[in-house]
Amino acid sequence: MGRHTRKLISGVILMALAGAGAAWWLTKPRAWDAAHWEGLGEPDLANGEQVFWAGGCASCHAAPGAPDDQRLVLAGGRALKSPFGTFHAPNISPDETAGIGDWTLAEFGNAITRGVGKDGEHLYPSFPYGSYARLTAKDVNDLWGYLQTLPKSANVAPPHDLSFPYNIRLALGGWKLLFLTDEPRVAVNNADAKLARGQYLVEGLGHCGECHTPRNTLGGFEPGMWLAGAPNPEGQGRIPDITPASKSIGSWSASDIASYLETGFTPDFDTVGGLMVEVQKNMARLPPSDREAIAAYLKALPAR
Amino acid sequence: MKMRVLVLAAVIAGVGVTAVTAAGEPQAVRQQLMKKVGEAAGALNGIAKGQKPYDAEIVKASLSTISETVKIFPNHFPPGSETGMETEASPKIWQNMEDFKAKAAKLGGDAEKILAELPADQAGVGAALGILGKDCASCHESYRLKND
Ligand code: HEC
Ligand code: HEC
Ligand code: HEC
Repeated sequence: MGRHTRKLISGVILMALAGAGAAWWLTKPRAWDAAHWEGLGEPDLANGEQVFWAGGCASCHAAPGAPDDQRLVLAGGRALKSPFGTFHAPNISPDETAGIGDWTLAEFGNAITRGVGKDGEHLYPSFPYGSYARLTAKDVNDLWGYLQTLPKSANVAPPHDLSFPYNIRLALGGWKLLFLTDEPRVAVNNADAKLARGQYLVEGLGHCGECHTPRNTLGGFEPGMWLAGAPNPEGQGRIPDITPASKSIGSWSASDIASYLETGFTPDFDTVGGLMVEVQKNMARLPPSDREAIAAYLKALPAR
Repeated sequence: MKMRVLVLAAVIAGVGVTAVTAAGEPQAVRQQLMKKVGEAAGALNGIAKGQKPYDAEIVKASLSTISETVKIFPNHFPPGSETGMETEASPKIWQNMEDFKAKAAKLGGDAEKILAELPADQAGVGAALGILGKDCASCHESYRLKND
């Protein structure tokens, strides 16, 4: 048994104990109070569409290999590899049975910001709610309105293929207790509206940290390593460091970063590749001010 | 412990490989070819962004460089060159060589088409670069892995 496996198992046992003991209530799924989702009014569909692209929902929930004109059919099925097994993104189209057409705003909002499913179960953090936890109720309401305008699909995605003990949703309470937070990942000068917007997009909606930040054996972010680069979950290669200390983008200007997010070209005329291609295509749909805000935030990060 | 010895052996082997970087190795050749493609795309980008004046000769030369270079690019992936010399080639290339070649041909074909019509001004070069950029990204998405 490898050192990692052992560490992992003891961690899981610890988590199980924490969950099973007197502290059971600590790890039960925590939805928002109903009032959080009330009085939000008619959704702004144009903003909902921007939230949708910035959040990259189609990257996981569109059918695998869907051509550009089918990207709005959120039929699910895409396989996401992880050290814990393979997840399959579910159907989130407005279909009432196969999708989430019969959900309420509160159910949807609690799923995306708190990882609580329709039946009150814990959802897996491969659905990046650990980042989306930062979303405003307004953005969630607008996104929910927009999702309902998309085509329905009757597709049923395959079940997740996870090994024990990761196939037990209850254990996720321990993960959430340890890692689920809507606190800022780093301190930036929030008085600056551009930086604050960049922080919201990078730490929240754009969930950039889900790929660019290394994780510990329990699947939580390594402290002090925010966006500092990580192994590629799909196997070979690495996901680059995007802090100012990065060997590659450390020397890029803010406008180089914004231009990369828009066109995919790096300043030395390399082009975007791997998992970042989908992200870049989504970023290209945002207003230029959003790409500039992301760039400003990345430049303002503490160098590691 | 055994694990650590293995890792150490791998590290030493890795150092050995990078130490004998020879210019003629396929990994080095194909990286050089891609650099040429990148420089040509860079020249087009300078014009598209208005940092350099439109110059038909430079546009022609850059497009020809791209089309000619990607034609020979897939010939430099012989078995045995999967790793070493900091290659960023994905092992998937050798599993899907036909698709990899098709992606190279797509970029070459698009560059030739654009060359035949020859973009006449800054905006035309920008539009052309949009098409070519998608071809680059589509191959890098599946077949190129960053190491750092
Ligand atoms: C990185 C991939 C990924 C991204 C990006 C992603 N999701 Fe998901 N999503 C998943 C996975 C995997 C699940 C299943 C989680 C589980 O079974 O516990 C899921 C589950 C869900 C669920 C619960 C569905 C159900 O039937 O229980 C909803 C709702 C949802 N996602 C909405 C969204 C929205 C809206 C976005 C964009 C803002 C989004 N997702 C982005 C991977 C993703
Ligand atoms: C699904 C995983 C994933 C997500 C999410 C993601 N990235 Fe990336 N990112 C990558 C990969 C992989 C690369 C390497 C790209 C390549 O191979 O050319 C990369 C590269 C980059 C680069 C260029 C770095 C370099 O050295 O070339 C920047 C800048 C970047 N990402 C910014 C972001 C931002 C900003 C976000 C959030 C909006 C984000 N990324 C979200 C996977 C991801
Ligand atoms: C048919 C697939 C394919 C296409 C099309 C393609 N590339 Fe590449 N590119 C690769 C591969 C594979 C590598 C990694 C080569 C290696 O490291 O062995 C690479 C590497 C690169 C590099 C890094 C070279 C170095 O080592 O310094 C640059 C720059 C680059 N590509 C630019 C581009 C640009 C710009 C385009 C489009 C105009 C493009 N590529 C189109 C496959 C492709």
